[in-house]
Amino acid sequence: MDQALPPTRWTIFLDTFFKASVIDQYLPSILKGIVVTLEVAALVVICGILLGLTLALVRAYRIRAVNILIVILVDMLRALPPLVIILVVYFGLPNVGIALSNFAVLWLILTLVLAAFAEEIFWAGITATPKGQWEAARSTGLGFTQTLLFVVMPQALRITIPPLTNRTIAITKNTALGTVIGVPEILNQATTATSFAGNATPLMMGAVAYMVIFIPVVTFGRWLETRFAWRRA
Amino acid sequence: MLLIHADARRGLPAARPLLLAQVDTALTPDTPILDVRGLTKRFGSTEVLKGIDLKVRPQELVFVIGPSGSGKSTFLRCCNRLEEPTDGSIRVAGVELLAHKVDINAMRRRIGMVFQSFNLYPHMTARGNVMLALRKVLKMPKEQARAEADAALDRVGLADRAGHHPSALSGGQQQRVAIARALALKPELMLFDEPTSALDPELVGSVLGGMRDLKADGMTMLVVSHEMRFAQEAADRVVFMDGGVIVEEGPPSAIFGAPKHERTRAFLSRVLN
Amino acid sequence: MDQLLDQFFNLSIMQQVFPLLVKGLWMTLKVCAIVIPVGAFAGLVVALCATSQSRLARILTVPYVDLFRAVPPLVLLIFIHSGLPFAGISLSPFQSVTLAFLLNNSAFYGEIYRAGLESIGAGQREAARSTGLTALQTNIYVVIPQAVRNVLPDLLSNTIEVVKLTSLASVVALPELLYSADMARSITFNASPLVLAAAFYLVLLWPVVRLLSRLERRVAA
Ligand SMILES: Nc1ncnc2c1ncn2[C@@H]1O[C@H](COP(=O)(O)OP(=O)(O)OP(=O)(O)O)[C@@H](O)[C@H]1O
Ligand SMILES: [Mg+2]
Repeated sequence: MDQALPPTRWTIFLDTFFKASVIDQYLPSILKGIVVTLEVAALVVICGILLGLTLALVRAYRIRAVNILIVILVDMLRALPPLVIILVVYFGLPNVGIALSNFAVLWLILTLVLAAFAEEIFWAGITATPKGQWEAARSTGLGFTQTLLFVVMPQALRITIPPLTNRTIAITKNTALGTVIGVPEILNQATTATSFAGNATPLMMGAVAYMVIFIPVVTFGRWLETRFAWRRA
Repeated sequence: MLLIHADARRGLPAARPLLLAQVDTALTPDTPILDVRGLTKRFGSTEVLKGIDLKVRPQELVFVIGPSGSGKSTFLRCCNRLEEPTDGSIRVAGVELLAHKVDINAMRRRIGMVFQSFNLYPHMTARGNVMLALRKVLKMPKEQARAEADAALDRVGLADRAGHHPSALSGGQQQRVAIARALALKPELMLFDEPTSALDPELVGSVLGGMRDLKADGMTMLVVSHEMRFAQEAADRVVFMDGGVIVEEGPPSAIFGAPKHERTRAFLSRVLN
Repeated sequence: MDQLLDQFFNLSIMQQVFPLLVKGLWMTLKVCAIVIPVGAFAGLVVALCATSQSRLARILTVPYVDLFRAVPPLVLLIFIHSGLPFAGISLSPFQSVTLAFLLNNSAFYGEIYRAGLESIGAGQREAARSTGLTALQTNIYVVIPQAVRNVLPDLLSNTIEVVKLTSLASVVALPELLYSADMARSITFNASPLVLAAAFYLVLLWPVVRLLSRLERRVAA
């Protein structure tokens, strides 16, 4: 391109969002951010789903007091914006002598939120399993726990997979909230770099990083949904 | 005639001078309600209808029979352009349906259709099902539409079920509501695609009874069905289709009593036993 | 224990900041009043495109929906609020928030409506068209009402998410509920304003969450 030409809208656009020198300079920090985002995401997905599954299994025993506690906890976590909980915990706990790192707070809260949604989804799967399945299994001498684990859950899991995938994706995207409390994930790196560089290229890099991570996941979620829809039909 | 000139000026192909039909054909009592000529239909590369010719005269009940996959449903669905024909001509009361200027919604109002699976709107009551097109297509005021809907439901013996949702009705009642839904629009022709095939045997009679009443009232009907006994008793003509063509047609006594074609004989011996 | 109460449930501080938070709540509700109805309508349009006869419309909606489902709403918001000014487009916090959430929202509502529209068999459309209704009338009176009813729990669930989403507006200094609460926290050095804000959200959303649980159970049964 001829340097002498006056800048066009297009070159201004490129300069603002895709400036090569800025990309070069800040690529390492964005990559660091990606690693942090993936770490938090992996920990949240694993812990959140396991905790949610555990809560749903516990709920299946229908111990009244325990179930009321689970329902209240789950309801609250579903009703509260995660950012509100993050701020309460992050700013409140140190003053009562509990110091958690910002990384730990982000992980803890997102795990709890995912667990709450996962519990509801697993529970819906358990209750959707026909009564006859319980009766058939119990009639062959299987115990309650055996029936739950070997007969009911395998069937429940199938119908929970599509909604669980979608919910997991949505909550994993909340790792971006970490930026508010200074977790050095993608968005945090991108905004810091943007203010240093005086140029929006790092923000664009951050957005692209999220697309690279999440578009395959979203597409996978969509594929799962159609696949399971076919099976049902 | 002016309309045709307007077309020519815009350089539209005059391949189907169909408005002529609308203008020039005087509707005599002998004009067929349905006049199908050279109708073909392809899905991709498979030709499902290979040139169908059929006339249905006013007040006639024509019965279409034939093996599964022979194209009966496709033929019927072409007659109100739910399926877009590949080629040919379909005139309903003298109006060419395949003209590109035809107001297909206005024509569909004049062609009632009853489906195998009823297709009632589950979120509306029986009356609501019947009223919808009266209100939105015929633009009737609410009170009048309501009265017409109730009259149509009364004709199929369901005056007392007008406020029920489809889920609260038996299959036979649902199908009669579907008939009322078509009937309320005062169609000149009614198409039935296996109206009793989804019904329990004991409910078939009520629907056939409704169709019998329609026939007695002078409705013109084209019916695809496997109810051979009903065909023998009520049909004016029976058409046997196979492989996308009409193999033979004639009065029920001839088709059932002395079929001319081997294919017809083979089909009838299979279904009648 | 006293320390805990003082830090999280300090009644005198709560009383003090209450009017400020109510003002913030109004702003939250204002954002919701725009973003929810407009987003829900835009989502319906997206879904009608995604399921339309037109190949072009179908092909165009996929990247739109996937893009805004993949990018976290906070990233989108910050991009619009702090990125666009570099290109000479400066939006007020309120404008940034509504734009970001509408884009995000229409994609999510769109996916839900699409599932709903796809759950309606072709027979319903055919029956309606056979009585002379136009394609538009068929959508309005026959298909959409059934589609919406089939995905009502998902629509409601997404609406809860949208209300929660508005808390992100605090990041771009829109004085909504969370922003007001966090400002109060930084002045009082106490988490009670945040807890009070949480209480506001609970009052607003808990009944809806309960209703949703019920709806979900009814649909499953
Ligand atoms: N939308 C479509 N796309 C492709 N092929 C189709 C389509 N609809 C129908 N066909 C094919 O056209 C042929 C005729 O189908 P049609 O439904 O008209 O048969 P039919 O005589 O009504 O059979 P049945 O008695 O089983 O209802 C079949 O081979 C069918 O597979
Ligand atoms: Mg058929």
